[in-house]
Amino acid sequence: MSLLEVKDLHTSFFTSAGEVKAVNGLSFNLEKGKVLGIVGESGSGKSVTAYSILQILTHPGRIVSGSIRFRDEELVGKTDAEMREIRGNKISIIFQDPMTSLNPTFTIGNQLEEAILLHTNRNKKEAEERAIEMLRLVGISEPEKRIKQYAFELSGGMRQRVMIAMALACEPDILIADEPTTALDVTIQAQILELILDLQKKMGMAVIMITHDMGVIAQICDEVIVMYAGSVCERGTADAIFYHPCHEYTKGLMRSIPDMNDDDKKRLVPISGTPIDLLHMPPGCPFAPRCDRAMKICLKEKAKEYWVGHDQLSACWQNIKDGICSTERPEKEEEEA
Amino acid sequence: MSEKKKLKNPLSLQIDPELFREASEDEKKQQVTMRESISFMKDALRRLRKNKIAMISLITIVLIALIAFIVPTFYPYTYTKQDVTAQNLAPFQYSQKEQMKIDKGFSVFPHIMGTDSLGRDYAIRVIYGTRISLLVGIFSALIVIVIGIIYGSISGYFGGKVDMVMMRIVDIIYSLPDVLIVILLSVAIKDWVSTSQSQLIARLGAGMVSIFIVFGLLYWVSMARQVRGQILSIKEQEYVLASKAIGASPARIIRKHMIPNCVSVIIIIAAMQIPSAIFTESFLSFLGLGVSVPMPSLGSLASDARTALRSYPYQLVFPALAIFLIVLSFNLLGNGLRDAFDPKLRN
Amino acid sequence: MENKERAFTPDPEFLLQVRNLKQYFPINTGFMKTTMLKAVDDVSFDIRKGETLGLVGESGCGKTTVGRTILQLYKPTGGEIWFKGKRIDNKEDLKEFRRQAQMVFQDPYSSLNPRMTVADIVAEPIDVHKMYATKKEREERIHELMTLVGLNTEHATRYAHEFSGGQRQRIGIARALASQPEFIVCDEPVSALDVSIQAQVINMLEDLQNRFGLTYLFIAHDISVVKHISNRIAVMYLGHMMEMASANELTKHPLHPYTISLMSAVPIPDPKISRQQQRIVLKGDVPSPLKVPEGCPFQPRCERATAECAKTCPAMREVAPGHFAACHNI
Repeated sequence: MSLLEVKDLHTSFFTSAGEVKAVNGLSFNLEKGKVLGIVGESGSGKSVTAYSILQILTHPGRIVSGSIRFRDEELVGKTDAEMREIRGNKISIIFQDPMTSLNPTFTIGNQLEEAILLHTNRNKKEAEERAIEMLRLVGISEPEKRIKQYAFELSGGMRQRVMIAMALACEPDILIADEPTTALDVTIQAQILELILDLQKKMGMAVIMITHDMGVIAQICDEVIVMYAGSVCERGTADAIFYHPCHEYTKGLMRSIPDMNDDDKKRLVPISGTPIDLLHMPPGCPFAPRCDRAMKICLKEKAKEYWVGHDQLSACWQNIKDGICSTERPEKEEEEA
Repeated sequence: MSEKKKLKNPLSLQIDPELFREASEDEKKQQVTMRESISFMKDALRRLRKNKIAMISLITIVLIALIAFIVPTFYPYTYTKQDVTAQNLAPFQYSQKEQMKIDKGFSVFPHIMGTDSLGRDYAIRVIYGTRISLLVGIFSALIVIVIGIIYGSISGYFGGKVDMVMMRIVDIIYSLPDVLIVILLSVAIKDWVSTSQSQLIARLGAGMVSIFIVFGLLYWVSMARQVRGQILSIKEQEYVLASKAIGASPARIIRKHMIPNCVSVIIIIAAMQIPSAIFTESFLSFLGLGVSVPMPSLGSLASDARTALRSYPYQLVFPALAIFLIVLSFNLLGNGLRDAFDPKLRN
Repeated sequence: MENKERAFTPDPEFLLQVRNLKQYFPINTGFMKTTMLKAVDDVSFDIRKGETLGLVGESGCGKTTVGRTILQLYKPTGGEIWFKGKRIDNKEDLKEFRRQAQMVFQDPYSSLNPRMTVADIVAEPIDVHKMYATKKEREERIHELMTLVGLNTEHATRYAHEFSGGQRQRIGIARALASQPEFIVCDEPVSALDVSIQAQVINMLEDLQNRFGLTYLFIAHDISVVKHISNRIAVMYLGHMMEMASANELTKHPLHPYTISLMSAVPIPDPKISRQQQRIVLKGDVPSPLKVPEGCPFQPRCERATAECAKTCPAMREVAPGHFAACHNI
């Protein structure tokens, strides 16, 4: 039994212009202590997935069908009061923009203590001590002084650390990080990613890292799910995805990223076309209109996910045609020397 | 691969191999449709049309305007004709003289709203009053809009000291007492108006002219402030910077980039100016500062009816109802316009 | 780099030459008190015709301000800007310069007027500089430009908000090309786009450069993109230039301590390399440009900092052939 089991999740936004199918049949399992990366571009549904798990979707979005089981308990269908027991306590989330996630009228000490007081049995003094402890843990110097400061007095990197402290104050089982470093400078990003990895090892929690940056995935994720327009294209270990991408979309992504080690400035191979309009989803594979190797069947029907390696699954008709798919998990290959 | 162990190849499923042929560009393009083109205006108007309350208000306004301008042309009574025998008749009541006429076999058009203390048909006076009120409202709104836009855009575009000085002037004007100025003005220009060559000015009277002047002097400030605010926020937009980088002159930037993006704000404020102007005019006329006898405006009618409130309440009710309808309709229409043009609602 | 005291004579080999550029903004920091925000402080560089100079740095480093100041969108507080052998920072009439030097903006959503059709947006430069005689000519030019950037000419009467981010950026690029400029400042042109679209736009910029012999100043914070498209790269920090060298040289053998940590912080999309990478994680945060440290601006966070670094700001000097850096300790 996995820590988190998501089965066939469908989440849509019912707007006045129509139904926007943000997540279309997503399934995955998250094991204890693992770092799972969900990578995709805008409109891929990766953030909506996170919000669906915690049921913090904004109107007019809602979970249409599917199951989300946390520690073998079904989350879909829980009341808001029941979900509040879990949010910030068992499953926490940190967002992209720490400025808008922190309340400018409260000190950061207050906000940290709020989470602690809400979910644990500590009294005010103990909560304050725990807050200071958390700030120290996330690498903020002079935490006793800092708890009296306000959000606007801190820099972007520091605010993100405070967010992480708030998220981890109650020692959750899962930390969801929704593009936590996208708004930060690259040197600060390096600090924050290292911090997350460090804390993950110390506290043993599972992490879901949502990002569009393949570099971030390569740096800290064990397993990766590649999403496009609400569906999973490919999933597997980080090594499998980076070194043998099978789905045409994943391959296209890899080819279009400039390589830092390429001194010859080889021409990039972009993915043609424009991102899909989620209001008018085609019947088949959502990536097909942009795919160089699209076949007629791709436009008609979505491929199912099949094993393409010991640690890898892909939902691509091209893979099926090439004969590298299997309905059963293949044996582990010997590592090439 | 070292060993092709029995891969349960899904290709063994019964799928037509034809489908595995490469898809053509056309087939792919068919899947990608671009949404139909709508300009901002059309999109806003579409939203407005969906708003039932706004549509009802619009129809009401049109109806009122039609009545006010068309009915007097064929109505059997005029607003000046006095008839001492038919004073203070209730609605649909006939005077003795008229009753005799009917008995003789003539048809007498009923007094739908009765008559006033001088025997004038009240309905036509109310309709005429509506016409005056609407005209005053629209004219005043026009003055406010034109002055407000020009002032506000200059202030907003140039910013800095120019803006500071212009806005301080606005602050000063804001704090002037409008009613007092109307009174002073109408006293001051009384002579000039009565000896004026222009027939129009003489007919309007000192009170009316001073209302127009006051609107031109005082009431544009709110519009100017709002236009300036819009201009300031547009100034920060990158497309204005892009235009500068291209080498566009300030005149071109204001004309092509800033004003069009203010249009929605201007329309909304303009729509709100009209009821405000009408209300102000009614209020001033009620105080006796507006139109002069015998020209009726809704405010003056209401004022005249004050004394007769106990005995002939309908004389106050009708003009008050008319003011209420007009102002309410414009306000609701203005609300509807604001909702229609507000870009935040666009999804 | 020439000695500051000697009067500057432009070198015809270079299209753009910038010397000691300064851009200070007075900021209200209290009642009746203003502090100078030193966005750009004594920056000098040259760009050859047909070259792409990449400008990288983190937030607050002043790279965007450099781009805008060169295009005279702000009046420079100090320094000289020479374009095609003529000084342009002290000129009042910049019409001709504006025709030859254009900008592509970062945000495809706010850099296009939502009330204008694509045709009008793209044609604005030729409208302003009156570069056509008849309406037909204008229309032809618009179609030509749209085709050049890969847009369907049927969409010329549509409005900007109907296009995706990548397409809007193409519209912006078409607009920048309309007046047949020689020099284009690309201010983070792909940062707001999805990864799969970035490659399209990057390729297009390269193709256009090859076709029209354009010169680019490419400002971005994504180092892998900058490395790909640039011939040379300059690194900025808090308004100062820290290092400048050829793209390969700077990314492979950075010499300035800041550049070294910057390069090591870039996440590489390769798990094996990423895991082995020795990252130099800088302590602390980037200081605000309102309070630039004394001496070398990087000195509070630098591992090699000495007393000298806190006293005097190092000047750019050639530390290897074609490789310049501003550091006392190389």
